[in-house]
Amino acid sequence: MGSLRARFTPYALMLPGGLWLAIFFVIPTLILLQFSLMTGNEADGYQFTFHWQNYSDALSTYYPQFIRSLEYGGTATVLGIALSYPVAYWIAFKGGARKSTYLFLILLPFFVSFVLRTISWQFLLSDNGMVLGPLKDAGLLPPDFHILQTSVAVVGGLTYNYLPFMVLPIYVALERVDPGVVEASYDLYSSRTQSFLKVIFPLSLPGVFAGVLMNFVPAASDYVNAEVLGGPDNTMIGNIIQDQALTVRDYPTATALSATLMLALLVGIFAYARALGTETVLQAAAR
Amino acid sequence: MTTTLTPPPVQPPTPPKPRAKLGDRLLFGYTWLVILWLCLPIGVMILFGFNQVQGRYNNRWHGFTLEWYAHVFDLSGLTNALEASLIIAVASTLIATALGTLLGVALGRYRFRGDGTSNLVQFAAISTPEIVMGMSLVAFFVQLDVPLGYLTIIIAHVMFSLSFVAVTVRSRVLTLDRSVEEAAKDLGASAMGTFWLVTLPMILPGVTAGALLAFAISIDDFVVTNFTAGNIETFPLWIWSSQKNGLPPQVNVMGTLIFAGGVLLALGNAMAARRRPA
Amino acid sequence: MDRKIDPALLRGLSQRRYDRRDVMKLFGVGAGLGAAGLTLAACGVKGAKQAPADQDAVAKYWADKKQNGHLDFATWALYMPKDQAPLKAFTKETGITVNYQEVIQDDPSWYGKIQPQLAADKPIGYDLMVVTNGMELDKLVEFGYLAPLDHSRLPNYTQNADPIYRNEAYDKGNVYSIPYTSGYTGIAYNPAYVKEPITKIAQLWDPKYAGKIGMMKDPQELGNFGMLLLGINPETSTPADWTRAAAKLREQKPLVRAYVAQDYTKSLANGDLWICQGWSGDIFQENASNGSNLQFVVPEEGGTIWTDNMMIPKTAANPVDAVMMMDYFYRPQVAADLTEFINYVTPVPSTKDLIAKHAAASTGDDKKTLEEILTRPLVYPTAADLAKLKRYPSLKSADEQKTYQNTFLPISSG
Repeated sequence: MGSLRARFTPYALMLPGGLWLAIFFVIPTLILLQFSLMTGNEADGYQFTFHWQNYSDALSTYYPQFIRSLEYGGTATVLGIALSYPVAYWIAFKGGARKSTYLFLILLPFFVSFVLRTISWQFLLSDNGMVLGPLKDAGLLPPDFHILQTSVAVVGGLTYNYLPFMVLPIYVALERVDPGVVEASYDLYSSRTQSFLKVIFPLSLPGVFAGVLMNFVPAASDYVNAEVLGGPDNTMIGNIIQDQALTVRDYPTATALSATLMLALLVGIFAYARALGTETVLQAAAR
Repeated sequence: MTTTLTPPPVQPPTPPKPRAKLGDRLLFGYTWLVILWLCLPIGVMILFGFNQVQGRYNNRWHGFTLEWYAHVFDLSGLTNALEASLIIAVASTLIATALGTLLGVALGRYRFRGDGTSNLVQFAAISTPEIVMGMSLVAFFVQLDVPLGYLTIIIAHVMFSLSFVAVTVRSRVLTLDRSVEEAAKDLGASAMGTFWLVTLPMILPGVTAGALLAFAISIDDFVVTNFTAGNIETFPLWIWSSQKNGLPPQVNVMGTLIFAGGVLLALGNAMAARRRPA
Repeated sequence: MDRKIDPALLRGLSQRRYDRRDVMKLFGVGAGLGAAGLTLAACGVKGAKQAPADQDAVAKYWADKKQNGHLDFATWALYMPKDQAPLKAFTKETGITVNYQEVIQDDPSWYGKIQPQLAADKPIGYDLMVVTNGMELDKLVEFGYLAPLDHSRLPNYTQNADPIYRNEAYDKGNVYSIPYTSGYTGIAYNPAYVKEPITKIAQLWDPKYAGKIGMMKDPQELGNFGMLLLGINPETSTPADWTRAAAKLREQKPLVRAYVAQDYTKSLANGDLWICQGWSGDIFQENASNGSNLQFVVPEEGGTIWTDNMMIPKTAANPVDAVMMMDYFYRPQVAADLTEFINYVTPVPSTKDLIAKHAAASTGDDKKTLEEILTRPLVYPTAADLAKLKRYPSLKSADEQKTYQNTFLPISSG
């Protein structure tokens, strides 16, 4: 079909959406980068001066929070994989007719606001609250034991909040595994464990990758969990960015930190993709 | 009468299927444990909407009462915030669904110059951390001297919702049987007619799923909204700023009602899907 | 399809969509747009500083303003009795309806909320707001975001206010603001867990209370206590002083359980914290409304005194109604009623007599409560009390503000 009208159709279709993204996503990202190289303040205005020092200053001051964010995000992601994989496996292979019900239950938390969920956890984990109170009364815990304001609470909150985003992609990948392949492996005398390790798990890796992407990026850049559940030693880079942007109102520093965060996460994702070698697999799957 | 009894062909003995009944049971129990863990804070939230709260803080159980359900709209600030959230969600869902559907159809159906870039930009929009997005939008609006408020929130919400809708619709479009559309064209339908009468109904499940997703994302969004709201309070923002003073039980009640509403919507959608011819 | 989640959606979510070549493409596109963006923004962003208002400005501002019959009032929690009796009386007398919203949690986030509108000359949705003296108020004044007050419309203020407020460094002559209430930052503690009398800031550094100590996250509050502990007067402090104070505060950090904003009374009441930096009136109100038994002291080394001021944003829709409300609060009886509830320092000294009369006319518990208010230095400080109380350092330039904040913020955000 070589007619002009037909050739134009795709462009016409994608133009409104594409334009919106170009104006409100691509350009702001560039302006973010541009702001990170500016000098000035609220009173006197900002001038674009290629001030790379914003980056070196910001990073040298805040690299502990940066590292900590990557650590917390990474830990939450690994925990997420460990916790979700069995669930996804069970639903995919043994769920039977009730698969959609289980998936629905897994997604149930998302019907409550993210902020409200995290505040509920703060309430649950409070020093003498519903969980710790009875344990302390029973003498199983020392009286000054606390979970809130520790890294355990923050990582726990991060894992919790993004768990469904790990279960779902792994489930999808597992569900697509051809049962014939698994049967074949059994017929070839592999044990259940071997079958899992050599056949099922590798086939599920695209799902694991997608889950990692949807967990690590938001978890590492989160600040709600750290603010509600964490203490002064659990500050993440998201809190710093928020403080700098909204309290100190130092836009150059805040944008420099944001840009660095974005870059770090992108690099991490690419490195992970290369290492896992899932590029070609997914390229094929995507088309 | 000769009946030849041919012995059945000898099959090599099949290896016994690996037994793991215990493993199955453990997995079952474990899955339910995880589901319970996921729902625990929700249960707490629902429960404490019935608490006979005394004083400012809703953190000790005093007794069961329905009074907060009767007085759920007493706090004008909270009610306004909920209204704002709903208005923004509806507006951004409508715009995002329209734009995202078009974009999804374009990317799923056609090959054109720039489709790789579009895919890439969409992917970037979905996977960029919210705080970076919020920060860049603020920088953008500051540069252009645009005051923050309803408009900027809706713009932001449409921006990240439309990628989700586009991805959803695209996946659906990829599975479409083009022969139906070809048949429509053969029968004389115009391009527009084909789209409205044939394509759109076929991709409707994808569009609906995308719209629901966009709505849910918009109602719940906190980080980007925090940056672009100016002095408008949405429901999550209101909760965030009031948590320092103690959340009133009305918040629990509203959360419970939104939760129930969402569940009903989802169940309704699933039942409608069951009846819809695939 | 019988599942809630469209498998198409799941597939979509779980697919990768890029490889190296696409990234190169993105960079190419990005570079092109980048050039465009850079030219767009090479001009930079203009600053917000404005020249201060003069007498003409006052006349000019109020020339065309009329009473509209409605008022949107933004303020902090616990600054009005639950039944809003003073506001109702005001409405009855003037016919002006008041939309009272306790939307302000802390000054920085409030400033962050209203700044974009004010910078763009748009209304913020409120005609009257209460902001603490400090960096945010300084910025509001410096950038010309506030309406200059017409003192001819504030007769009660002129007549009844304590003269010391006319000359505060942060708003000499009350060009833009008049006080609503003042308060102190001192030490709050729960005697159920703290068995000794608390009298000094140094006790917040006591290892005995490790893990149960709270400090405020706000850099101005935190910094003041660090400096007072070292015997520095915050009002005349220098950046070198700030660094010393920050070092001292870092020593304390391993003992601190949390750096709090407004929610410390809850933690004190339920034992999560035993001893905390706190605000005077909060403790009293916590005791009154929840039956707790928390104590508050102004430490020997000194405490912080701050003033929450009423002011009108320059884009207010109903400034005349707002200024009438401001003046209403300076009627002695109204001020007395307010003080009896909020228990912070009132700017109207004659309330003392009125409360005494009210106490004399009451009986039982009410009488006791009211008499307590009279003798409480937290509501009616003596000169000796005031000598111990210091304000925040005055930070006028943007650089100073940034340095100060970046000295003390990192302490609470480890």
